[in-house]
Amino acid sequence: MLRRRSEQGSTTVALSLAVFLVLMTVVTVYIFWAKVWWFPPAITAFGHEIDAQFVRTFVITGVVFVLAQFGLAYAVFKFRDRGQKVSYFEGNNTMEIVWTLATVVLFVGLGLYARNAWAQVHFQGAAEGALPIEITAQQFVWNFRYAGPDGKFGREKPELVSASTGNPVGLDSTDPASKDDIVSPVIAVPVNREIELIIRSQDVTHSFYVRELRLKQDAVPGMEIHMHFNASMPGNYEIACAELCGLGHYRMHSMLQVMTQEDFDKWVKDQEAANQ
Amino acid sequence: MVTHENGGGHGHHQAPTGFIRKYVFSIDHKVIGIQYLCLALFSVFVGMALSALMRLHLGWPNAHWSIFKGGLMTPEQYLALMTMHGTIMVFMVLTTAPQSGFGNYFLPIQIGAADMAFPVLNMLSFWTTMVSLLVMIAAFFVAGGAPIGGWTSYPPLSALGEMAGPGQGAGETLWIIGLAIFCGASLMGALNFITTLIDLRVKGMTLGRLPLTCWTWFVTAILGLLAFGVLLAACILLLLDRIAGTSFFIPGGLVITDQVITWHKGGSPLLWQHLFWFFGHPEVYIAILPGMGVASHLLSTFSRKPVFGYRAMVGAICGIGFLGFCVWGHHMFISGMSPYSAFAFSILTMTIGVPSAIKTFNWLGTLWGGKITFNCAMLFALGFVSLFVSGGLSGLFLAQPALDLYLHDGYFVVAHFHLIMGVAAIFGMFAGLYFWFPKMFGRFLNEGIGKLHFWLTFIGVYAIFMPMHFLGLAGHPRRYFDTTAVDFLQKLQPVHVFISIAAFITIGAQLIFLFNFFYSLFAGKECKEENPWHATTLEWSIPSPPPFDNFAGVEPVVYHGPYEFSVPGAADDYIPQHLAPNLVKKA
Repeated sequence: MLRRRSEQGSTTVALSLAVFLVLMTVVTVYIFWAKVWWFPPAITAFGHEIDAQFVRTFVITGVVFVLAQFGLAYAVFKFRDRGQKVSYFEGNNTMEIVWTLATVVLFVGLGLYARNAWAQVHFQGAAEGALPIEITAQQFVWNFRYAGPDGKFGREKPELVSASTGNPVGLDSTDPASKDDIVSPVIAVPVNREIELIIRSQDVTHSFYVRELRLKQDAVPGMEIHMHFNASMPGNYEIACAELCGLGHYRMHSMLQVMTQEDFDKWVKDQEAANQ
Repeated sequence: MVTHENGGGHGHHQAPTGFIRKYVFSIDHKVIGIQYLCLALFSVFVGMALSALMRLHLGWPNAHWSIFKGGLMTPEQYLALMTMHGTIMVFMVLTTAPQSGFGNYFLPIQIGAADMAFPVLNMLSFWTTMVSLLVMIAAFFVAGGAPIGGWTSYPPLSALGEMAGPGQGAGETLWIIGLAIFCGASLMGALNFITTLIDLRVKGMTLGRLPLTCWTWFVTAILGLLAFGVLLAACILLLLDRIAGTSFFIPGGLVITDQVITWHKGGSPLLWQHLFWFFGHPEVYIAILPGMGVASHLLSTFSRKPVFGYRAMVGAICGIGFLGFCVWGHHMFISGMSPYSAFAFSILTMTIGVPSAIKTFNWLGTLWGGKITFNCAMLFALGFVSLFVSGGLSGLFLAQPALDLYLHDGYFVVAHFHLIMGVAAIFGMFAGLYFWFPKMFGRFLNEGIGKLHFWLTFIGVYAIFMPMHFLGLAGHPRRYFDTTAVDFLQKLQPVHVFISIAAFITIGAQLIFLFNFFYSLFAGKECKEENPWHATTLEWSIPSPPPFDNFAGVEPVVYHGPYEFSVPGAADDYIPQHLAPNLVKKA
């Protein structure tokens, strides 16, 4: 009896549900398509590669999304209870095999296609002659260290760490190699130059993240993680911490300054002067 | 297959008479199921209240509220709310209600048993869960407050005690102890479910005639057995790091606010991540599989058609269960783990999309050519399918390490997992509740109020979680107290306002549900029939609510598959599983 009664409102409900599903799908796809909220332009070669892979993934998942939601909307409306006869079938092996194989090819193929961008970031090391910069994360500051003219990073000791007296990474001044090291709260790099990052953390896990580089890497205490990039566009880019590191996580912020070689040389000189 | 000739394991037992044995320390699986559901109902409202506070702050971070002196909350309070919201929702709601709640109540009945295999163990697992909830909630009331490390509780932040931040002292210790107790409870429950399903199936209930709900509860129990053991070990190691001076997860040479930590060395923060996600990824399926079972069950029942591709569905459930253990590394693409293993985890993760797609196709196939009734139970089941698709597809982005470089730990992830393991799973529970309420309590939930609840919730959750994808595309990291410190985030503030408003409306709709629940419990339309939905499985062959030992000592025998709807040649459009072939009326 209960089923009979609910049948009366069936068309209204079916229509509302179908319309909502279609609207939701169209609006969602439109906002993606129109790039209302989107990434900022990439400034690395692998960044462009990642964007291309994102678009490929978006197209494939978009098609599946639209087909599935529209299919659901259609079925809900078309097969609403109007007293019709049910077509009895328990399945269809051919169809099962077809869509299983289709999704295997589509999804796994997409995963294999993504290999290229990942390989550029991770499988290949930094190119010859890369400029090494050491990143030391601590609650809730970023420290960037340059080796200076001697090209060598000086020794660091945990017991010498003292943010309050201006030695946030614990540089050991008795090591001659440490004399010309530059420690800065922002990272400056020359444009079109391969940069090698050596990422560390003093206390808890943080994550170095610059949107325009399309790069994110956890800074894990006890590990030294090497990353590399080559920025192609001068400008100032924000660094935000991307791994929960404590109450100041949201304000663990710094800047990446990509500049011409001349500006960079001048920046280094200024830093050295300030260090004296 | 193993079945018992003489019914549920321990035979026909007497109903208890005293209040305590009947309703508090009950060994009746039905009472325990309802106890679990009540625990989940309490927890979901606590978890939702926490999210309401967070959304109030995120929407208007600079507002001055006259009732809150000095601002609504501090950064550490925000993180404590976030941590406890995640923990309570994942463990006390998504793990308890679909599996321990509905599973406890209906698994024994659907397989024809009088109770679970180990009724006392069943009682013990519920009360252990209750203790774990109390221990966790106690974290709010100790010095320093609740932990701020997120539900993932990564060390060293979670291992170093108060020096790492407020809430990381006593609050974090209680959190770990509470979680360890929860693991114990879940292990007991999982053992019980597995044994019950294997041992107590009634005559004729072959594996091929099991309702899909039972298949999902069974596979979920296996996942629980394998996953919670690992989490338990991880919790104990973390606790030892904190209170016994061990260094499983803490490397040497740490410096916190200029203080050198000399008493820890040699540990690995990544070890915790491996152990946690070895549990954590299967946990996603622990939350969602029972919802899939309920959705399959209801789509078939209310479109009056057999489930499309029953065998493929069972295969997909098992496939998801197995692959669920092979993909934990996709949570760790940027953790410093080897990039080569990241790539392997990525391909395995893309593979898990295949059984998920099979299920979706089969749900559409089930509806195709059917005769669909739109009651609240069915609406929530249909909503489940839509949300499962929406939440699942974003997983294909996150499964690729190259894309994860940008999206990891951002709002895209928050959108993804809320849609699929939060909201879709909860839609599965709502569907189950509207469907089984008359069986459990002898009254129907009010359909009119229920429809209002459905529409507000369905539109509401899309309005909350779809925009979060766009925050993620714009690069918004998650777990941020506010957007003031980062320039590019400030432009996104209007999206936060929109999400907050949608969240308040959706939360309001849940109060409508709460009203419906209690109103219908006492004054809802009575269900006098055994089988008001004209469904096929065994729970519909006994009175509503069922007697103490379910089948009143009369063993049912199963002759039919679980979804024999609209069978050609039969007079009725459904054939109950227990109906002897000679009693099936011919058309």
